[in-house]
Amino acid sequence: MQRIGVFICWCGSNIAATVDVERVSEAIKSEPGVVFSANYQYMCSENGQQLLRNAIKEYHLTGVVVGSCSPRMHEATFRKAAEAEGLNPYMVEIANIREHCSWIHKDREEATEKAIILVRTAIAKVKLNAPLTAGESPVTKRALVIGGGIAGIQAALDIAEAGFEVDIVEKNPTIGGRMAQLDKTFPTLDCAACILTPKMVDCAQSDKIDILTYSEVEDVKGFVGNFKVKIRRKARFVDETKCTGCKICMDNCPSKKGLNEFNMNLNNRPAIYIPFAQAIPNVAVIDPEQCLKLKSGKCGLCQKKCGVGAIDYTMTDKIIEREYGAIVVATGFRPINIDKFNEYGYSENKDVITSLELERLMNAAGPTNGVLLRPSDNTHPKVITFIQCVGSRDLTDCGKPYCSKICCMYTAKHAMLIREKYPDTEVHVFYIDVRCPGKNYDEFYRRACEQYGVDYIKGMVGKVYNQNGKLMVQGSNLIENEQVTIPSDLVVLATAIEPEPSVRKIATLLTASIDTNNFLTEAHPKLKPVESPTAGVYLAGVCQGPKDIPETVSQASACAAKVIGLLVKDSLKTNPCVAQSDESMCNGCSQCANVCAYGAITYIDKEFRLGGGKTETRRVAYVNPAVCQGCGACTVTCPSGAMDLKGFASKQIMSEVEEICRK
Amino acid sequence: MQEVTEQKKEYVPTIVAFCCNWCSYAGADLAGSSRLTYPANVKIIRVPCSCRVNPMFVLKAFQRGADGVILCGCHPGDCHYVTGNYYTRRRMSLLFSFLNYMGIEKERTRVEWVSAAEGAKFSAVMNDFAKKINELGENKRLQDLRVKEERDE
Ligand SMILES: Cc1cc2nc3c(=O)[nH]c(=O)nc-3n(C[C@H](O)[C@H](O)[C@H](O)COP(=O)(O)OP(=O)(O)OC[C@H]3O[C@@H](n4cnc5c(N)ncnc54)[C@H](O)[C@@H]3O)c2cc1C
Ligand code: SF4
Ligand code: SF4
Repeated sequence: MQRIGVFICWCGSNIAATVDVERVSEAIKSEPGVVFSANYQYMCSENGQQLLRNAIKEYHLTGVVVGSCSPRMHEATFRKAAEAEGLNPYMVEIANIREHCSWIHKDREEATEKAIILVRTAIAKVKLNAPLTAGESPVTKRALVIGGGIAGIQAALDIAEAGFEVDIVEKNPTIGGRMAQLDKTFPTLDCAACILTPKMVDCAQSDKIDILTYSEVEDVKGFVGNFKVKIRRKARFVDETKCTGCKICMDNCPSKKGLNEFNMNLNNRPAIYIPFAQAIPNVAVIDPEQCLKLKSGKCGLCQKKCGVGAIDYTMTDKIIEREYGAIVVATGFRPINIDKFNEYGYSENKDVITSLELERLMNAAGPTNGVLLRPSDNTHPKVITFIQCVGSRDLTDCGKPYCSKICCMYTAKHAMLIREKYPDTEVHVFYIDVRCPGKNYDEFYRRACEQYGVDYIKGMVGKVYNQNGKLMVQGSNLIENEQVTIPSDLVVLATAIEPEPSVRKIATLLTASIDTNNFLTEAHPKLKPVESPTAGVYLAGVCQGPKDIPETVSQASACAAKVIGLLVKDSLKTNPCVAQSDESMCNGCSQCANVCAYGAITYIDKEFRLGGGKTETRRVAYVNPAVCQGCGACTVTCPSGAMDLKGFASKQIMSEVEEICRK
Repeated sequence: MQEVTEQKKEYVPTIVAFCCNWCSYAGADLAGSSRLTYPANVKIIRVPCSCRVNPMFVLKAFQRGADGVILCGCHPGDCHYVTGNYYTRRRMSLLFSFLNYMGIEKERTRVEWVSAAEGAKFSAVMNDFAKKINELGENKRLQDLRVKEERDE
């Protein structure tokens, strides 16, 4: 038998002025199950709480209803008080008779009637409450960072700085990401390598950071605080612990036809290579597609030349398994494929290049040692035309609907750097809009126009074609309202960026959601910008949306703060108001897992007794209480009525409805 | 004629409002602290997310004699649970047209997005909804069912 205690608060005169509190507590006395009903001036005060505690003790209350201000104000207060007296905190319900009643109604009669109904409704609910206990789950004090670009590097460094162990899993043979390919960086024009490589070295030297390059995440199991991850360490054919990075192997390799990905395929590299001079780890890797020994068994020169015996042609992929408390996804981006944009003639003309290719052509460590030479004939281009928004803000199926955000700024950067280094060069920029918000950004762009004499033309380019060795760029000048054709030596396309495609697999493994453009979605666009909807998974860098280095680094550090906040805890308290399926009713239809935004639901095989010694094994839904956020989406989807939400059970809400409708 | 209008005046409809904990319930609280009134026959039930509202709850309300049911949730894109309100929108538009087909007028059911900052909107929505329900008067459609259930009890 339920023994409910009801406490009506006056809230000074806030409630008592419009609601006849005496009449409410009188009316409630006769409700079935109510053994105690009182009213008091300030329930939240020391004395008010004591009144509640005394009543729990004296009347052996099994449930409590407080008619007071909003539960968003004092639900926690009254739950704590009940708990202190040994009553389960989830046996307390609040009837909101202030914000939802006394404050909005003027007629005392009407307000009192409504208050009675609201309190009765809360009684109806509390009668069906069940004691709930917040679960606890331990936390593995190690973090995984997927992707070793500037985002991953920054997040790992910050997490390590706080004393936690971090692994960086990077699919390429080195960390560094796209930033390592850049020449100078806006808005300050400092060289990318000068600010990036020290951070890479810090990662390598930290005893808390383990860098797993040439590796990919194969499988993820578990949940916040307790992820179990399988990592594939691809065969490098070079022993990382032995290789000294001397490059003797590279010099001796006879197969030199491999495309140099780091230089955007602008030149070639040997089959055994180190991507760039400051690679971390500074260890060679064999490209099995190009290696003669691996392809035909003939060669083996590098093994003979290697002074430390690091080369091992028999190496195979290895799978390692590790446990983590938190995961940061920082898989970055790539420029989109622009072969389909026939108007720019990218695939036909060697001298139509992307901006990232230009970065390599201007980089002192690039294929031309930093001398700007056009690819077709290695001459200095005298007229260079930039085209912005190539594939960005483009609603055709070749392009992307979004703004890539960084292109306006890096095009201004390129234009300025070229004008500075080669003042006799003529630079034109076709743009739709110039978008340079950000600290010192608009000033930067204006410098390009005003001080560096870059010719900005508002308009779209319709066609780029080759005429007697000149690239004719035909477009409109919307301000002059005329068609223009600019004979150019080099055309640079500010190409849209898109998430690295492997992010789809990562998102599936982590049950993290991605949007229609394959960017990872944050848990809340404003208030949880670095959390993914999956608890314990965080997002940093361009994998979440286009951004430049300063923004990437801020997001990475924010991620690290979130990860540290998680890892300092020994265990996690879980919200007990989570979904649970009644296994006897569930038919394993999978509808619930489809609607769960958090991937909280899995299916398990369970044995049921049928009687007569027979058993039957059925697939049933299992909600992981550590992952479920308690929205209730699944409860409504379940066609068999098996899924319910603790604390907001269907029966409870039904009885609230009934009580409100009671005439 | 005279009689009918008189009857309508006396009748106080019952309105059930489901509010999600994060946006609309907070919006209702703000309406309260801003003293923005709306009729007392609107009674709020707190749910974690508007997507917790099972069509059965709505049916139950009408069967028990509610004259109007309204669901309030976070604005699209602002759901605390990311996508919950999209489910609400889809489910409820289906349910409401079905109810309309059964004779429970479309105007008796509504989904509204009210943020935690929109106390004024909450009060305006409830005033408007209550006015509509007043105009429609008593929901008699599921009365037979009600009678039957009372007999069963
Ligand atoms: C032409 C150009 C010029 C630019 N100039 C500037 C500039 O001047 N100033 C500025 O602020 N910004 C500039 N940017 C932007 C800058 O490059 C990015 O903001 C920055 O690189 C984003 O870092 P990230 O770590 O998010 O991504 P990335 O640099 O792309 O790093 C992602 C890393 O994750 C790895 N990875 C991907 N998928 C997986 C996987 N499945 N498993 C394991 N590892 C994976 C990748 O190999 C890579 O190492 C420029 C961009 C371009 C294209
Ligand atoms: S209540 Fe929401 S978060 Fe929990 S399992 Fe159901 S759908 Fe997922
Ligand atoms: S929707 Fe219901 S019946 Fe289907 S798997 Fe989930 S709990 Fe089981």
